[in-house]
Amino acid sequence: MESKFYEKDKLLVFKISDEIDDHNVQKIRGRVDYEIERYMPKRVVFDFNSVSFMDSAGIGLMIGRYKLVTMIGAKLEMTNVQGSVKKIFEMSGILRLIPIIEDMKAS
Amino acid sequence: MKGKFDNEMKLEFISKSNNEAFARIAVAAFAAQLDPTVEELADIKTAVSEAVTNSIIHGYEDKQGLIKIICRLKENEIIIEISDSGKGIEDIDAAKEPLYTTKPNLERSGMGFTIMESFMDSMEIESILGLGTKVTMLKKIKEKVEESEQEFQMLTNE
Repeated sequence: MESKFYEKDKLLVFKISDEIDDHNVQKIRGRVDYEIERYMPKRVVFDFNSVSFMDSAGIGLMIGRYKLVTMIGAKLEMTNVQGSVKKIFEMSGILRLIPIIEDMKAS
Repeated sequence: MKGKFDNEMKLEFISKSNNEAFARIAVAAFAAQLDPTVEELADIKTAVSEAVTNSIIHGYEDKQGLIKIICRLKENEIIIEISDSGKGIEDIDAAKEPLYTTKPNLERSGMGFTIMESFMDSMEIESILGLGTKVTMLKKIKEKVEESEQEFQMLTNE
């Protein structure tokens, strides 16, 4: 997993490259929460481009991050959500809370 | 020897979360014989991952036990049986409800059975309190060759 903070936009981007299941989600969560608390961003984007597998652990992960990000007054979005990852997010109904964006438009 | 099924495999492993990836990849490799599409294979992997995770987190909780998977192929169908000897499910109907979870503190979404049900063609849960749980799922793999033959016939009939 890679992360990048764009100071000017207060934008924090997480590029997840692990398979998201119950086993991996614990370490992803730890790293993500640490960085959110460290940078206090205004906007957080999860990039799913390199995610080859995700099960319902991904829903729990995103709902948990939504709570944290909302609590610090920031906005949470996702990008490059496709295939079965998209199917799972659509089924869960979380897209009403966490929108999928086409382009990050970071400066 | 000609059995009831075209092929069969059994797998047994301990309830460690690192085995979630192993289990879904092993089942997917076995299912590959039916020549599934990428999407069908992803559906099978997700459903297996959900069932195995349930056995680890809910069936055995902090204890360690064995999880057994039996896969059978019959024509274009794969039947996957995933069982544990864990604590069992108290209320199966409630467990199947979307968003129902007994472990919200672990950020569990409660979508496991809903995903298994919608990604597979059928799913059945048998559970006895104190003895364990068995989930049986079936997936029909669509036959692509026949489809394209049908399309070809439709085109040539016109």
